[in-house]
This record gives sequence, structure tokens and C-alpha cells, in this order.
Amino acid sequence: MEIFFQQLANGLTVGSIYALIALGYTMVYGILKLINFAHGDLAVLGAFIGLTVITSLTGAGAAPSHWVVILAFVVAVLVVAIAGVLLELTAYRPLRHAHRLSAVVSALGASMLLENGIMLIWSPQTLTFPEGILPSTNYVIGGVVLNSTQILIVAISFLLMLALYLYVNKTRFGTAIRASAIDQDAARLMGINVNRVIVSVFILGPALGAIGGLFIGIYYRQAVFDMGWIYGLNAFIAAIIGGIGNIPGAMLGGLLLGLFNSLAGGYISSTWQEAITFALLILILLVRPTGILGERVAEKV
Amino acid sequence: MSLLEVKDLKVAYGHIEALKGISLSVEEGEVVAILGANGAGKTTFMRSLSGLLKPRSGTIQYDGHDIGKARADAIVGLGIAQSPEGRRVFGTLTVEENLMLGAYTRSRPEALETRKQVYELFPRLLERKAQMAGTLSGGEQQMLAIGRALMAKPRLLLLDEPSLGLAPIIVKGIFSALRDIRASGVTILVVEQNARMALKLADRGYVLEVGRIVHEDSAKALMASPEVQEAYLGKGH
Ligand SMILES: Nc1ncnc2c1ncn2[C@@H]1O[C@H](COP(=O)(O)OP(=O)(O)O)[C@@H](O)[C@H]1O
Ligand SMILES: [Mg+2]
Repeated sequence: MEIFFQQLANGLTVGSIYALIALGYTMVYGILKLINFAHGDLAVLGAFIGLTVITSLTGAGAAPSHWVVILAFVVAVLVVAIAGVLLELTAYRPLRHAHRLSAVVSALGASMLLENGIMLIWSPQTLTFPEGILPSTNYVIGGVVLNSTQILIVAISFLLMLALYLYVNKTRFGTAIRASAIDQDAARLMGINVNRVIVSVFILGPALGAIGGLFIGIYYRQAVFDMGWIYGLNAFIAAIIGGIGNIPGAMLGGLLLGLFNSLAGGYISSTWQEAITFALLILILLVRPTGILGERVAEKV
Repeated sequence: MSLLEVKDLKVAYGHIEALKGISLSVEEGEVVAILGANGAGKTTFMRSLSGLLKPRSGTIQYDGHDIGKARADAIVGLGIAQSPEGRRVFGTLTVEENLMLGAYTRSRPEALETRKQVYELFPRLLERKAQMAGTLSGGEQQMLAIGRALMAKPRLLLLDEPSLGLAPIIVKGIFSALRDIRASGVTILVVEQNARMALKLADRGYVLEVGRIVHEDSAKALMASPEVQEAYLGKGH
């Protein structure tokens, strides 16, 4: 039972990170019907930028101060959001009316460009994150070790997701985002500037992704230039499990996948984790082809 | 000066020219009908007026602005709203959210004021305000599409086939609401295959055939014209 709760805590942490990153996939898909394959790499960019801010403002051996950590998150979010907008303007917008395959190729190209860019700017090697970026006290509750870093990651992720949910569902611009995802021309007839909505999605998604990426670095205490591939894939699978295009679905899918991965890793075998992830994906798509919260896609296309 | 003045408008989809030089005008306060068979180019024309399609050549003057190259969202701000063909309500948003989106270019107090009037015009929408628009009946969705367009407080209201796919009794209700809207001073340009209903409402009408205007007259004269009767008012219409 202790193992179960231990894996639950780990799974919740990883799951909330997947969920943060999955939101970017799902929001872009919701509006452009496009998989932004570069999204995982944007998240990784966030991790590297955050690391650079922290190491360059912290003396060797010292623990980074609160302010440095906050600054690292702010800078990572800003830079990655700008990168997201540039990505939309250069890689996707010119192909808005082109064949769908062109946009996919462009997305894969952008992903490679980002990955190699990160490798050239930083390092082809794995970089280590310093200790103590987030407070790391262990609490033992009934034999289960809960770390305050885990608690913070889960709490901040939930707060961010709640904020996004309220923004998209309760504000005027959020309603415009949802309307544009349903029917772009009808949205234009309402006076909505759909291009502005699309840009906003390429700000929000990458911003959340940057935080997710930085959380990965902090949690595992390392980052490597090509890890966007595996984390991006997991977050993407989370988005599909929840129902791609559906925002609460991405949150749910991320948490489920994180929990499932972690429990399967703890009980079955961690070397089989990826196979188990795909098995879960296939199983869910067999039972519900549109994902857990997805709508009937066939009607939309 | 006319509220809307279109001159020699040509619009194409790739190599297919759907509008081959349309000239038409609408005066402030008028109701103008455009009749035409399926595929004549009526929807293409309406989408061009709203800025969803860009003309290949020709001009669209509205209230002194040349809107031929304007963005769709800017055109709404100038006072042209459209209830599109097929209604295009946002199915997974509530009735109220749909209405509020119609007033996207306006302030919230203005929107709430107009919403009251829309609910008075279509009490059905008030009853169903918290319901997803996709769960409404066809007639209710049409009311919502018209109400949503009214939320922009347009000077020119564009209606693309408001009777499409609706039972005759429902169509009567919709057209009676359109008479109320007209009485409130809104200028209306309505596209219809249901020529009888449209001409009863309209002051003037145009007949569109494969991208060209082939008749233009008062609604009464069009109703009496043998050609129009044969083509658009015969049995089955
Ligand atoms: N998206 C499109 N692409 C290519 N051709 C189109 C498109 N939409 C309409 N058309 C063609 O343009 C012509 C006019 O269509 P439309 O404006 O929809 O007519 P109406 O509304 O009068 O039925 C038709 O021949 C139609 O096939
Ligand atoms: Mg049509």
C-alpha cells in the first residue's frame, strides 16, 4: 500500500507536468487542427533558459534565491512565448491555406531547428540543475515520502490550469478563443480577429509549456537538448487520451497518463514504461476513439 | 448616397468565377431581397460583403467606406452583421454565450441592453439561454443566428437563407420577426430561395443567375413578373 501511495505522489507530479505541456498541443490543435510538433521542444527551451538564468545569477555552491527562481520562470515564459509567436508567424501562418501535409512537414522542421538550436547554444551533453531551486523538504506521512518540490509542482500546475480554465470559459476573449476553435468564419462574423486569437494561443500554450519544461528540469535535476521528443510525445499522448482539442481533456489526460505511467513503472517494470504508455493509448482509442472528453470529430471535419 | 453601393463586383474561387460583375445598391431603411437558384452566387456575394471573401475586382462602398479589402472583423465594427447560410451557431457554447459573441465589438452595457431586446423579439431564446446552441431545433438556431447578428446593433443586416430547411409555420414566425426588425429601422439585405416570403417582406429585389444580375425591380413588380413567377414562384416554391 505504501508503494501505491508513493507511486501515486510521483505520478501526480509527472502527470501535472504532462498536463501543462499537453495544453499547448490541444489548444493549437483546437484552433488550427494542426499538431505543433515543435511544442515539446519549446518546453525544453524553457528548461534551458530557466537553467541559464539560475546558474548565471547564483554563485557556485550557493542555493538560488527566491527572486532568482521567480526571475528564471518569468524569463523562460517570456522567451518561449515569443518563440511560440515567431513559430506561428514563420512556420505555420504562411501555410494556413496550403495542404495539411505541408504544415506537418513545417512543424517537424521547426522541431528539428529548435532541438539543434538548443544543442548548439547550450550543449550536446546532459546539463545538471542545481539543488534547492524549489524547497526540498521531505515529509513522511504514513510511510509515504512527500517532497515539498513535488507538492509545489502539483500545486502550481493546478493553479495555472484553473486560471487557464477560468480565462477560457469565463472571459470575453476566452469565449472568442472557443468560438474560433468551433468555426473560424462564424467567429469573424462576430467581429473577432481570428489571427489575434491564434497568436494568443501560441502565447498561452508555449508559456505553460515553458513552465512544464522548467519543472521537468527541476524535478529530475537534469535537461538534455533532445528530451523534447519524449516529453512532447507523452504530453501529446495525454492530449489525445483526454480528447485532443479539449482543454479539460488535456488536464485529465496528463494526470491519468502520469499516474498510470508511475503505477505501471512501480508495479510492472520501468523498462516497459513506453510500451505501457502506447498500450494505454491504444486501449483508450479502441474504447473511445475521440478520447475521454473529445467530441465527435467526424462532425467537425 | 446609398448605404451600400456595389459596383461590378467579381469574385472567384481559383479559376471558377462565381460573381461575374455584380452592381447593386441598398438605401438606408430599405429591405432588399436577392433571389436566385442554388449555385447562383448568393452566398458568395454575402460572404464578400462581410469580408470573408476578397473580390477579384470591383468595389463595395458602405457608408462612405471602401470595404472591399477590409478585414471581416473590422466590417462588423462598421455596422454590417450577418446571419450566415446554415446558421453557423457555436454548437458547444450556450445560447447566451452565442448572443454575447454577437456583440463582441461593443461594450458590455451596450450588449446587455441589446440582449434584452433580442430576448423580447425571440422569447424562446430567453427560455433556452443556458442551453448549448447545438441542442436547439432548427428554427431556434435560426432565431439565435439572427439574434446574434442583431447583438452587433447593425445598420445593415445580412441574412443568407433564413428559411433554409425550416417548416412553413416556423418560416412564418421568422419572417414576422424580420418585419419587427425592419420596423425598428434596420436596413436588411436578404438572400432567399423562398422567393414568395422574401418578396412579401422586401421593398425591392434582384434576381441572380449564375453570377449575374438578370432582373432588378420593386418587390411588387418582381412578384408580378411572369419570368420570376415561372422560375421562382411556381409550384414547389
Ligand atoms: N468554396 C468554394 N470553392 C469553389 N467553388 C465554390 C465554393 N463555394 C461556392 N462555389 C461555387 O460558386 C458558385 C456559387 O455558389 P454559392 O455562392 O454558394 O451559390 P448560392 O448561395 O446562390 O447557392 C457555385 O457554382 C458553387 O459551386
Ligand atoms: Mg447559398
